[in-house]
Amino acid sequence: MSNGDPIIETRGIAKSFHDPVEVQVLKDVSFAMRRGEFVSIVGKSGCGKSTLLYILSTMDTDHAGDVLIDGESMTGLPGDRLARVRNEKIGFVFQFHYLLPEFTVLRNVMLPGLKLGLHTAAEVETRAMDRLRMLGIADQALKLANQLSGGQKQRVAIARALINDPLIIMGDEPTGNLDSHNSEIVFDIFRELSTERGQSLLVVTHDDDFAARTDRIIEMDDGRIVSA
Amino acid sequence: MGWRLLIGIALTLLRARLRQSIVAAASVMFGIAMFITLTGFMSGLNGLLDGLILDRTPHIRLYNEIKPIAVQPAQLADSSGHVFVGSIKPKEGLERIRNASAIMDALGNDARVEGVAPRVVAQVFFNVGTTELPGVVNGVDPLEEARLFRFKDYLVQGELRGMLQANSIVLGKTLAEKMLVDVGDVVQLTTARGERFLLKVVGLYQSGIADYDKVQCYASMQNTQKILGEPSNYITDIAVKLKDLDEAPEVAEEYRGTFGLDALDIRTANAQFETGTTVRNIISYATSIVLLVVAGFGIYNILNMMIYEKLDSIAILKATGFSGGDVRIIFIGLSLIIGISGGAVGLAAGLGLSVAIHHVPFTTQALPAVKTFPVDFSAHRYVIGIVFALITTYVAGFFPARKASRVDPVQIIRGK
Repeated sequence: MSNGDPIIETRGIAKSFHDPVEVQVLKDVSFAMRRGEFVSIVGKSGCGKSTLLYILSTMDTDHAGDVLIDGESMTGLPGDRLARVRNEKIGFVFQFHYLLPEFTVLRNVMLPGLKLGLHTAAEVETRAMDRLRMLGIADQALKLANQLSGGQKQRVAIARALINDPLIIMGDEPTGNLDSHNSEIVFDIFRELSTERGQSLLVVTHDDDFAARTDRIIEMDDGRIVSA
Repeated sequence: MGWRLLIGIALTLLRARLRQSIVAAASVMFGIAMFITLTGFMSGLNGLLDGLILDRTPHIRLYNEIKPIAVQPAQLADSSGHVFVGSIKPKEGLERIRNASAIMDALGNDARVEGVAPRVVAQVFFNVGTTELPGVVNGVDPLEEARLFRFKDYLVQGELRGMLQANSIVLGKTLAEKMLVDVGDVVQLTTARGERFLLKVVGLYQSGIADYDKVQCYASMQNTQKILGEPSNYITDIAVKLKDLDEAPEVAEEYRGTFGLDALDIRTANAQFETGTTVRNIISYATSIVLLVVAGFGIYNILNMMIYEKLDSIAILKATGFSGGDVRIIFIGLSLIIGISGGAVGLAAGLGLSVAIHHVPFTTQALPAVKTFPVDFSAHRYVIGIVFALITTYVAGFFPARKASRVDPVQIIRGK
């Protein structure tokens, strides 16, 4: 599972914000990440680490340089093609859970799987239940998303990220909103995904303790990678 | 799969805001129901008013106008010089249509013609005591008139069959009231030639137009020919009913040439009715469209509000692989679901309202055959209604949906 070709590679990423004043947030960022790595990106607030993550996630396309996911260049791909890449290859866990409050927990987890359309609805449901069970929240499956506690919601978000067996899971401060107990649970889940399933993870965090326990730390400062 | 998933999401979003969705659908329902009712009622009234004249008016009337001959014999004799003929008078007896039975056969064989009815018109005076009232006796074929021109609808008293008896007459209702006679009484009339006849009143006729009912009377062809002292092939008018009224002007023109008769078509004779119908239709359509536009703004507002509330959901849908197009389909779907459900209920409500109106008693002197308000129930109105509902909700949903599809997930997610 490990080594081989990089699953994510950036070549000379640069990005500026023009409003209100010209600020260059990323300057010639190039790095590669191999399959199965558990990588954290750390740095001071405003150093561009989140911006980099959203460029890697294909959601932000307004930048210079090239992003390759699984060897395929993302530059110039149309919006629906990028949406497909996110659906198929990337799982997201954000600081906020972003569950749809109108849907049950199970349905929330199933939605990206139904969108992918590789499996029948019944199969997607089985897969969703497997993931909820793995994360210890199978008993909450039929509740509405907003009836859960913060830690449980974040675990549902992780289950949702896992539904399509993504190439990589990206996290933007996934423990930022959680107390230390729940942070610990989320980290343990990530750790377990990495070691037992060989899941690649790329997590932006300002929690040094969290970062210290990952395989590799990418440190950023003022829009550049200072150590990888 | 893709569509069903997106529509499923739209339905769930709608269910979560059930009250607002119902209000939005109700506004569409109201618009469509009013559209169906208003236009149906308006169209029913139009039909009724038009029927006052149009039903009874032949689409084409063939007759001989009393007028001088266009080319005088003296002009035919010598074409080299100028011929002056003064004091030209029309010749008597030109009213008669020559060779009428052959013309009627030819008309009967024309594929565009629904039916042909011969008529004889006699100017008479009714003798009431010492006074004389002018009248016009229309000699008709009662059965054909009933079939083609709804004669029976306007026969308020008496039987159509009565007209087939010898020496019988149907009087205009106002005329009968003036003469103080009723069905079964005998009236005396004097013809233009001074002959007197006694006729039995077998029915009363009410057209709804007072001036008409004051002079017009009906009798069978044979009775009228007898009054006039003419043989049974004496016909002064041929009334033609076409299958398609719109063809009347062209067909009239054609007959004028073919038969050498005057031909008056219904369009030329009653142009004002068409104008009235058009104006009334425009008013009812305009009112309904305004109602639907208001409903559309309601939907637009609700969707816009929903999108602001759902920015997070839209962002995560996009982050997890739903494209801008998918999001647009979800929100246009939302709007169309409101439109379809509101529109369908609106059609049913409109039908119900129309039926209710159709049962409201409505009697008028002018329209003896009408007992309740007239309503037109033709199906095309319902098709237009549902199409209207779909177009309005699609347009109302289009702009909010486009806005939703353009939501930048990064902005929303990083904003937290």
